[in-house]
Parts: sequence; structure tokens; C-alpha cells
Amino acid sequence: MRVPSFLRVERRATPSTRVVLGVSLLAIVAALIVAGIFFQAYGVSPIRAYGDILKGAFGSRLGVTETVRRAIPLLLCGVGLTIAFRALFWNIGAEGQLLIGATAATGVALFSGVPGPLLLPVMFLVGFAAGALWGTIPAALKVKLGINDVITTLMMNYIAIYIVEWLIHGPWKGPTMRGFAYTDRFPAAAILPTIGISRIHWPTLAVGLVLATLAFVLVKRTRWGFEIRVVGENPHAARFAGISHFKITVLAMVVSGGLAGLAGVGEVAGIHHMLLGPTHVSMGYGYTAIIVAWLARRNPLAVIVTSLLFAIIMRGGDVIKVSLGLPFQLVNVFNGLILFFLIGSEILMRYRIRLAPRRA
Amino acid sequence: MTPSLLARSKKREGNGGTLGTSADCVIQLRGIVKRFPGVVANDGIDLEIVRGEIHCLLGENGAGKTTLMRILYGLYQPDEGQILLNGSPIRIPSPKAALAHRIGMVHQHFRLVPTLSVEENIVLGLHEGRGPFLSPRKTRKKIGKIAEDYGLQIDSQAKIWQLSVGQQQRVEIIKALYREADILIMDEPTSVLTPQEVDQLFATLRTLVDDGLTIIFITHKLDEVMQISDRVTVLRKGKVVATVPTAETDKPVLATMMVGREVVFRLEKSPLDRGEKILEVRDLHALNDRGLPALRGVSLDLYGGEILGVAGVSGNGQQELSEVLAGLRRALKGSAILLTHDLTHCSAREVADLGVAHVPTERIRMGTVPNMSVRENLILKSYRRSPFCRWSFVDQKAAHQNACRAMEEYAIMAPDDRTAAKLLSGGNIQRLVLARELCGEPRFVIAAHPTYGLDVGATEQVRQVLLGQRDRGAGILLISEDLDELLTLSDRILVLFGGLVMGVVDAELADRETIGLMMAGTAQERVQA
Repeated sequence: MRVPSFLRVERRATPSTRVVLGVSLLAIVAALIVAGIFFQAYGVSPIRAYGDILKGAFGSRLGVTETVRRAIPLLLCGVGLTIAFRALFWNIGAEGQLLIGATAATGVALFSGVPGPLLLPVMFLVGFAAGALWGTIPAALKVKLGINDVITTLMMNYIAIYIVEWLIHGPWKGPTMRGFAYTDRFPAAAILPTIGISRIHWPTLAVGLVLATLAFVLVKRTRWGFEIRVVGENPHAARFAGISHFKITVLAMVVSGGLAGLAGVGEVAGIHHMLLGPTHVSMGYGYTAIIVAWLARRNPLAVIVTSLLFAIIMRGGDVIKVSLGLPFQLVNVFNGLILFFLIGSEILMRYRIRLAPRRA
Repeated sequence: MTPSLLARSKKREGNGGTLGTSADCVIQLRGIVKRFPGVVANDGIDLEIVRGEIHCLLGENGAGKTTLMRILYGLYQPDEGQILLNGSPIRIPSPKAALAHRIGMVHQHFRLVPTLSVEENIVLGLHEGRGPFLSPRKTRKKIGKIAEDYGLQIDSQAKIWQLSVGQQQRVEIIKALYREADILIMDEPTSVLTPQEVDQLFATLRTLVDDGLTIIFITHKLDEVMQISDRVTVLRKGKVVATVPTAETDKPVLATMMVGREVVFRLEKSPLDRGEKILEVRDLHALNDRGLPALRGVSLDLYGGEILGVAGVSGNGQQELSEVLAGLRRALKGSAILLTHDLTHCSAREVADLGVAHVPTERIRMGTVPNMSVRENLILKSYRRSPFCRWSFVDQKAAHQNACRAMEEYAIMAPDDRTAAKLLSGGNIQRLVLARELCGEPRFVIAAHPTYGLDVGATEQVRQVLLGQRDRGAGILLISEDLDELLTLSDRILVLFGGLVMGVVDAELADRETIGLMMAGTAQERVQA
């Protein structure tokens, strides 16, 4: 790449926290500006659009609660993904892991006969296990057979989607649902409590916040976190130090898949109270969580903030659909733009660009 | 004769041997400054290269030799200063521009495509044929002409991966000549060659100079300077110390100029105090990464308190031998008994727990995690043991104390122990690896190329550390391509060729000639016969 002679590109030693924050913010602002062009093209002033979105997210009690309830699955999936990404495992499959967790929990809720007070804890445990299992399959395939993790995790999303479709159209189709492709409603013991009349299923939120903290401690303080970081930063050194690549990758994916599974449990037990079409269960939380984790720079605690940010954006999708009459898909465009600028700005963290001194 | 070759011959006639007058200067560098963040790689360098000479650029690693030559080859742009070619100032924005000025460079790490043929590699990037077509017949003729004129015999149809390192270097030289280079920069060209191949290279370089070419030869080896060059420029810390005719100087003077203080050439080595047998390797077989046999029945014995040197041209099984012994590679057959344990059945973790230290070849790629701190890198192998691991938590305090002790004992220079390992210099990284591997008094030390790429000062330190381990009673397997190092440090030297042991010689009695022949594949009995 050729650099104009008046500019100088220099390597930064280690980017400071300020630089990381600044660059991340810059990426978001750039995405806002470019997305503004789209709003303009639809004939809506971008300033009004962003104002409406903010009003939608924070202007009313409903807005706030709807934003927070969307942050819950993003938080759980995002925290899990930070662990997978730390181990340099490109888990694109949180969406599928979430759906499988939701499916497993539905199975427990409807068909297991576990007694009332135990039902929800068992649903969470089984949901975690199912998501973890879904996540470890590509982990094993990668380490043992060298199969690309991006492709396997992505393809397994579709398997999960069609398993759900098959269940709700076939064996699990609810007899009480008058022909709709839903399962029956969960029994009362399988429904999560919410805050007031909102849809914030607080037990899942609490679990998410606790796990974010635990994940942070895991990565920064424990020997397993040490091993995950060594494997992720330099697999050759890991091999040299006698760290098992297999064990660590599986561990990371048990956590990552399991947390996505928990998110799935929260959605069916807290919001829908049944299993229904995959796009209704998830709305792409598993994919958005990739950007959530990346914007958090793979720091589990920072995910608490970034998941909230993306919840605002998703809530913004509702607003632009309802009050501005624009397609909801603009949200995906916006998410894509953020990821684009985020990855594009990585180079700014590693290099400093400044004006060159005049040549002698 | 092609016009360019003719021109060169004429030039040679005109060069009446009076070196040093500025009229003869092909290249003049004036006040070259190149800064990188935190360092000034070249700090006002003046250099004059006379037509038809072999000019050595001598300096330690980090002295700025390679940076300077990369500026001359258009890979870097100087921040200040001027380049003059035959007296007129030029700019060299790219290697292409350098070649247009007939400046060619043979890099230390070759720029060849292994799966392509010699011929294809030579014309790579050139547009000679008509339209999109190559003109193989013309190419072959021109390569043949160069080969004949300069004694650079090569099979132009062979694929690069089939060639030895020496032959690959020949391809690089032909590549430069094919592009009609008149000034040839050679960056540490001998680091990968056997002594015999070095002789051959030197003969080639003389032929080239006789034909009117000018050669700039980068090295940090004093013997080579004395052997090949007409003049030598010594660089230290980005500045020119002096330029002198080689005939008017000697090794100690150059060494002092290069390091900035007097250098001890002979290390104090105590007499051999051989202990019990530590390692017994029998009939070891193993494959390399490509699945081809790399070790084909290696047997050796190693005793406590001795250093067994392993000589050989790289790629003859040294790497695989060290990896099998470190538990990083499976053996197909054979055994390697460390006291009572067979290492071939152990994982890397088990081998480390048996008290085996391993200083790996690629100290950055394997030995460290560049983005992690010095503190964490120092516990890379012991993090799961007390005192660093308590209830599965890494004890930062213990790790910090360990780091402080290691940094002091091994003189690892870093602002603090939270500094990322990637910010350390090569010498500091190697000291970090040594500090980690040698803590806990290992019985068996595998040291692969422990001083490769280090400057004179750091090299001296590393060698002292290894001798210290030997005196403590550890058995050391020292793998190196630096024959001088092997002769200085080892008690015995084993030569590997093609995965076989060509012989073991006593270092006191060994001569370079014999070892060189064994490195080239002649068994010991035949050498001595």
C-alpha cells in the first residue's frame, strides 16, 4: 500500500485503553454517518431518525424495558463468544447454540415431568448442556480433523434452525394451538418471573451479569484462563508448553455454547413461553452477539455495556419500522456497518498516523 | 556476449585498482537517517562504494546494516539524506526502481516460490514475452549464458523445493544477474551454508567482481570479512564507526570497533568432568512435517556435565531430533531413555516435568507468547504448579516475585514485568526463555540455535549460561549451525546428515574440514580413510 508522502505511519507499541475506546467510538460514529445516508435516501432526516430511535429506546418505560430485555440474550451470547474468541475459535454458531438450548429447555418444560420448583433450574441446566454439546462438535472437528471452525459453526446454525422448524411443524406441534406452528404453552412452573408488567425476565439477566463477572475472573485470574489466552495468542507456544489444544478449545466452546444455550432458555421461558419459529425465538441474537463481543474487545465485563448498546439498536429497528415506516432490515445494515468499521479500524490501534515533518 | 555483459567487462578494464577516489564511486550515501518508533536505525550514515569492490558491512544485530541496505534497495524510504549513483542523486521508491538502477539484492531469507521451477522463479514478475505469453526458449538461453559466464551451474527445470539451500541461493544470484544487476547486495549470505558451500559462494563472488560487478556483503562474522572483502565499513548503533581497507586491519580491531569494547574470543571452559549417563538414544526414527523420514536411526549417548554439539546443515533432522526429545513429535521407532524414562512415550508436559529444559529454535514463535507479559511468559511452563497456582487461580504475587528474580538474575531488560514480551529485543527474549527453562536445575538441556541472531554481547552471555549449566552437571544437547560455536562450547560434536549420524568427534581434536565433509554427507570412516 502506498502512503502519501505527507503522512507518516508508525507502529504503536501497545494501544492504551484511551486509544481503544477512542477508536471504537470512532467506528460507531462512522457507522452512524454512513447509515445516515440510507435514512436520507429514504427521505428521512438522519437526525430525526436517530432522535426517534433514542426516544424509542429511552423515552418511555416500555422503551427502556424492551431495550433491556433484548440485551439479555446478547449479554449471555456475547460473554460466551469472548471466551471462544480468546481461544482463537471463531464461533459463528451462537445462533444455533441458542436455538438448541431453547429446544432442549422446551423438551424439559413440556415433556419431562420434573416437579414444579425444580423445573426451571433443570431447564437452565439442560439448555446449557445442549448449547455446550452443539458448540463442542465443531470444536472437536477443528482440533482433531482440521475442519474450518467458521464453516462448521455457521452450518450448524442451519441444522438447529431446521430442527426447530421440524419440531414445531411435526412432533411437537401443539394440539391446543389451532393449527399454528407452535408448541403448547409452557406450564406455569416453567415460566420465568418478570419485573412488573415488563418482559424483563430478571433471573436470566441476573445469571448473565454473574456469568459475565465469572468469565472475567476465569480469563484474567485462573489457570484455565491462562491456558485459553496462551492457545489463542500463540498455539505454537501452547504446544511447546504442553497445553492441550483439544482440551482448551473444548473448554472454551463448552462455555461459549453453554451460555448461548442459556440465552435460548431465557427467551422461551421468559418471553415466548413456548417454542416457535426460529426467527421469532432469536431474531439474530447469536449473530449480533459476534459484534457485541468484538466491540467489547473480547472483555467479558465490557460486554455488559456493548450488549446494551446493540439492544438499543435492535429496539431502534422497531421504532423505524413503526414510527418512520422504514424496513426493519436497516438494523442489519447498521450492524454490518459497525462491524465493518470496527474491523477496519483495528489498524488504527496498531499504527499511529500523523503528518510527516517537512523533508530537509 | 550480451551488451550488458560487454559493458561490464569494459568497466573492469577501466578500473585500474586505485580504490578510494571519489570518481570511482558507484554509490554514495550521504547522511542517511532512518527512524523507527523508539529507535534510530540509521543515524546519519555516510558510505561510499567503489566500483568493482567487495565491500563488507560489518555490525552486530540491530546495528542498522539491513535497514541501510533496504533503503538502497528501495524497501524503505530514508527520513533524511541522499543517495548518489555515479555522482548524481537518485530516489529509489521501490525495489523495481532499484533494479532499474541495476541494484540487486539477495535476501537472507530467500524470496522463492518452492513449487515453481528455477526458470519460472527467475522470470517471476518480469514482462518479457509477447502479450500474456512467456518466452521460455529465450529465458533458458539467457540463464544458460549467465550460468556459463559465472560458473553458476543450475538445472533450470528443477523445482525450488528440490534444491539444497546453497543451490537456492545460486538461483537468487542468477535472478539478480538476469535483471542485469550491476551492484549486488548480499544480506548475511553464509548463515545457511556448509563450509564447502561458503567456499563455493566466495569463488562465485570473486568471479562476479572480476567481471565488473560491485558487491556489498552484509555480515557479522569477522572471518568472512577478512576472507572476502576489499574494504569494510563497521556500523554500530546506526552510525558508521569506520571504513578501512581489509588488508590494513585485523580481527581484534574490527571486533572492538563492532562491539565498542574489547571482546574475549576464548571462553573460559573448565575441564570436562563427565558424570553418569543421562540420555541414551537408540535407533530413533521420526517423520518431518511433510511426512517424509527426517530421522532414520539416530543413536547417541549424553553424559552429565558435558555438552554434545549437533552439527549439520539445517533440515537434516536436527529440528526433529530436538522435538522428539522434547515430547513435541512422535517417534516412529526407537527409544530415548532419560535416566529411567523413555521420552518417546511422554507428552511435552511430562517431559518438562521430568526436568528437561528446552530452548527452542524459534524462540519467538514457540518460546514465547508475544502479546502476553514478561511475568506470564516466565511461568509458561510452571503456571499449574505451586507456588504459581493455588486453587486453580494464578497467584500474581508469586508470579511477580518470580519475574523480579529472573529479570535480575538473567539481566532481562524491560521497564517492568507487565511489559509485553513482543516489545523485548532478541537478546532479552532469549534470556527470558533461558531464565524460564533453566529454573529448577534441569538435568537435561536441549538448546537449539541458542545464539542465532543475537549480538556479540548477548551471545557471550548465553554461552556463559550454558557453560554454567554444564559445570553444574547438566547434560546439554547443543544444536547449532555455527561451527565456531560448536567448536568453542562442545565437548563432543555429532554430525547429522539426512537423518543419520555421520559420526561423533572430540571437539578438541576436530577440524573444520572433517566436520564440513561429514555435514555434506560423507561418513566419518570415509573422511578419515
